Amino acid sequence: MVPLSWYMVLSMIVFSIGVFGFLSRKNIILILMSIELMLNAVNINLIALSHYLQDMRGQILAFFVIAVAAAEAAIGLAIIIALFRNKATAHVDDIKEMQG
Amino acid sequence: MIQQLYFGYFAFAITVLSLLVITRKNPIHSVAWMLLLFFHIAGLYLFLNAEFLAVVQIIVYAGGILVLFLFAVLLVNIKEELTAGKYIGAGATGFTFALALLVVVLMSLRSFVAAPPGIYTIDLIQQETNTVVLGKILYTEFLYPFEVVSLILLVAIVGAIVLAKRRLKG
Repeated sequence: MVPLSWYMVLSMIVFSIGVFGFLSRKNIILILMSIELMLNAVNINLIALSHYLQDMRGQILAFFVIAVAAAEAAIGLAIIIALFRNKATAHVDDIKEMQG
Repeated sequence: MIQQLYFGYFAFAITVLSLLVITRKNPIHSVAWMLLLFFHIAGLYLFLNAEFLAVVQIIVYAGGILVLFLFAVLLVNIKEELTAGKYIGAGATGFTFALALLVVVLMSLRSFVAAPPGIYTIDLIQQETNTVVLGKILYTEFLYPFEVVSLILLVAIVGAIVLAKRRLKG
């Protein structure tokens, strides 16, 4: 039997990798992919807890997270398309109109 | 022992693949590694007796979200992408922050206390099958959140169309 804490450590590692990608990458598409990575880490944690605590609510929550992730990806990529139309760049450090 | 090996393979593969996703220079390579990553995560879900979510993971993430990403990646100028740097100027700060977060949360893991186990034992789920149990709870106890999620998806579809369509003249 694999202990529950192994799953939690795995989930934390993947989440931290997602945080690193989110804060450090230059390409806005990679930033959105890092968000997906973080959401997947949360899902691993939720499903592992659901299995070990013998409670289905974790899986329901993971189900909702997947639905919200799909909505978030659609909106995020629509924003990227709108950005390309106005700036023709994918690099977040080129977008600095609001720095004043 | 075989279970630990199975988990070990998947944990190693998921960690390496997520590192590959965020460190590739070419965004198309990132999407390709992410496809493999999602299949491994689905395998881990199967290991946790969540068959329905494993299938949903493959259908929604690998079949839906990654295709969306691929469309967006094809808008990027790949040649420019390969010559420009991967990280922003404050990239080291991001790495430090992520590492600090990992250390702090790992230290807090020791004080984790599990809740008392619920009623959905493995025997019950095996008797009724995972999808039946999940559907029963989803449509009774979680009916209202389920409807809210459908509203979120509707708003997201309308919002995506409004954001992505060309501005009408006049």
